[in-house]
Amino acid sequence: MLYDYLLPLLLVLTAAAFMVGRKRALRMAADYGGIRQLHSLPNHYGSMMALACLLPALLLYGIWLSVETSVLDSRIIHELPPTLLSQDAGAQALIINDIKNTVSGNVTVNQDASIEAAAARYQAIQQKSRSAMCIGLLLLAPLSSFIAFRAIKPAFRARNVVEGIIRAALLLCSAVAILTTVGILLSVIFESIRFFKMIPLQDFLFGLSWSPQMAIRADQAGSSGAFGAVPIFAGTFLIAAIAMLVAIPIGLLSAIYLSEFASRGFRTVVKPLLEILAGIPTVVYGFFAALTVAPLIRESGGFFGLSVASESALAAGLVMGIMIIPFVSSLSDDVIHAVPQALRDGSYGLGATKFETVRLVIFPAALPGIVGGVLLAVSRAIGETMIVVMAAGLAANLTANPLKAVTTVTVQIVTLLVGDQEFDSPKTLAAFALGLILFIFTLILNVIALRVVRKYREQYE
Amino acid sequence: MSHLAETIQAPIQTTPAHDSSVKTSTDLHGKVGKTIGTPFVDDPRMTCRDVDVFYGEAQAINKVGIDVGCNEVLAMIGPSGCGKSTFLRCLNRMNDTVASCRVEGEITLDGVDIYHPDIDVVPLRARVGMVFQKPNPFPKSIYDNIAYGPRIHGLTGTKGELDEIVEISLKKAGLWEEVKDRLAEPGTGLSGGQQQRLCIARAIAVGPEVILMDEPCSALDPIATAKVEELIAELRTQYSIVIVTHAMQQAARVSQRTAYFHLGSLVEVGSTKQIFTNPRHHLTEDYITGRFG
Repeated sequence: MLYDYLLPLLLVLTAAAFMVGRKRALRMAADYGGIRQLHSLPNHYGSMMALACLLPALLLYGIWLSVETSVLDSRIIHELPPTLLSQDAGAQALIINDIKNTVSGNVTVNQDASIEAAAARYQAIQQKSRSAMCIGLLLLAPLSSFIAFRAIKPAFRARNVVEGIIRAALLLCSAVAILTTVGILLSVIFESIRFFKMIPLQDFLFGLSWSPQMAIRADQAGSSGAFGAVPIFAGTFLIAAIAMLVAIPIGLLSAIYLSEFASRGFRTVVKPLLEILAGIPTVVYGFFAALTVAPLIRESGGFFGLSVASESALAAGLVMGIMIIPFVSSLSDDVIHAVPQALRDGSYGLGATKFETVRLVIFPAALPGIVGGVLLAVSRAIGETMIVVMAAGLAANLTANPLKAVTTVTVQIVTLLVGDQEFDSPKTLAAFALGLILFIFTLILNVIALRVVRKYREQYE
Repeated sequence: MSHLAETIQAPIQTTPAHDSSVKTSTDLHGKVGKTIGTPFVDDPRMTCRDVDVFYGEAQAINKVGIDVGCNEVLAMIGPSGCGKSTFLRCLNRMNDTVASCRVEGEITLDGVDIYHPDIDVVPLRARVGMVFQKPNPFPKSIYDNIAYGPRIHGLTGTKGELDEIVEISLKKAGLWEEVKDRLAEPGTGLSGGQQQRLCIARAIAVGPEVILMDEPCSALDPIATAKVEELIAELRTQYSIVIVTHAMQQAARVSQRTAYFHLGSLVEVGSTKQIFTNPRHHLTEDYITGRFG
């Protein structure tokens, strides 16, 4: 069928358009006395014709497909036998669904004969529509190419047109990223607003008890639902703090060693190795934390007579710290490298030793950048999910004791949303509120970190 | 080597500008024969004999012998890449920080070989200070910049002594009047010329005997340059100064003796007046008259 070969065909047409446009430009150049008489390069004229062939066709294709479904649906409903017509919009949608499933062939139960008939009809109309589109496309592409072909004159500014289209394409790509972020943010905000309509903001932000199980029916007992987020945030910060206690010294000192003391050979071997740590999937860190580190800590705690929960904040924090080491060391290493050699020379020239130079000149000079890197690492630690899901536990204890089980924002979001949930209860909406607070927090951290890093960069220029 | 030098003497000497009876020439690789002039002085502060410097396989300095006298400014001039900066950095072993660099020969400070295994570079660099091409104040306060050296060498016991050293050093560098009210402000906030004088003050603060300057004015405007040159003239009364410069007028203005380097060799050393008025080597003459370099 023509439809299946439509896109390859279109590409062939586009390539042909490029050749033709280029040829015409070259011929014009010859007629007018040399390539310099053309405003743009022959390739620009070719590209312009190729784009003129491709873009209108793609546009038509997109519009057609997006309109086709709704037009088809409404026509099918129109033609349905009255027995299948329903006043209820939901039931109507189900019937349409049945028809479409029959069309695509993934039906397991025996269908009503009238649905089978409707499906056949649907398919027929769809085929007609597709054929019409193919013909339309195959007419449009040469037509628009021809218009572009006629436009090719030595004075025609093909380069500006092509570069304008490329710029628009680049803009579109960056807009996708930005719009997605905005979309995510808006959806989180709207769901959070729904949540805060049910649970007052101050109860959420300052409440000391977290127990999100709600009674689904009025006669259910026990689960009343308490949405005080303080224990969760306390747990998050406890684990992040433990992680940073591990990651900052180890990461920073290894960065100093690598950039100032290590020989070139050692550095070229060890630095990539350190960065491999960053490539380990967090879920692997997660079971390392849950299956190796947590039992180890519990047993050694027992040896010293301490009672350690099998899912302790310490285990999750330690492993998360290990995970963040390459982050800290790599960023610090970059910053330390950016300290100008002139400062080292100045220090050595005064008779300072390597340690004095590192401690008194390089480290202070690099400090703002290091702080920026550490802040980025903190926001990474707070947002980290897999390790804490597997190793930190679910109990929302408000404690500063790293040997007890705590829970984090990310863990709670996961548990609130996993499984069959109704999306209008405070329990599930709480996930969005938690997500919003987490987002705001890491956003602030990132903004501060980036500003600090940028300010530092300007210092030597 | 001498017969090699003779074989190519002819084409060079066809240039009518040169008087072949006085001026020696270069061999095939551009290596220069014996240094002419007066490289050695009575009562030297530093002596260098047969100094070779290699970067890996490549030889950067070839058998250089020269003395640095007491209370004199020795200028080292020569075209780019002639090794004058490399040689300067041998004098306080700054080349130690370059892994591939190897120094042979003998360099002494007050009669002691500074490359002897027993010699530690830390006190050596306190005695032979260095000022770099680009002003490189630490991103610290003006006060801390000056106090850095005395602190790491433990030269002072009390805050009062340190204050005194800072003040004296800044006064010697002619910077005190300009910065005395803002010692706590960052050194990087000063102008380029002030920063360079700050770096000189920083070198003075550890009480060196010799100050090495590697093109100290190349990043400065003419007014700041004039101030630094004035300062060099004053500092000569207390220190030996070795200055590398590209500006020949500067060498003529500030130095008593001038050494001309060419392709890693020391071509000619003499009193500054003699070098600039009556060079004995044709390479020196070509350079100072602007024929190349």
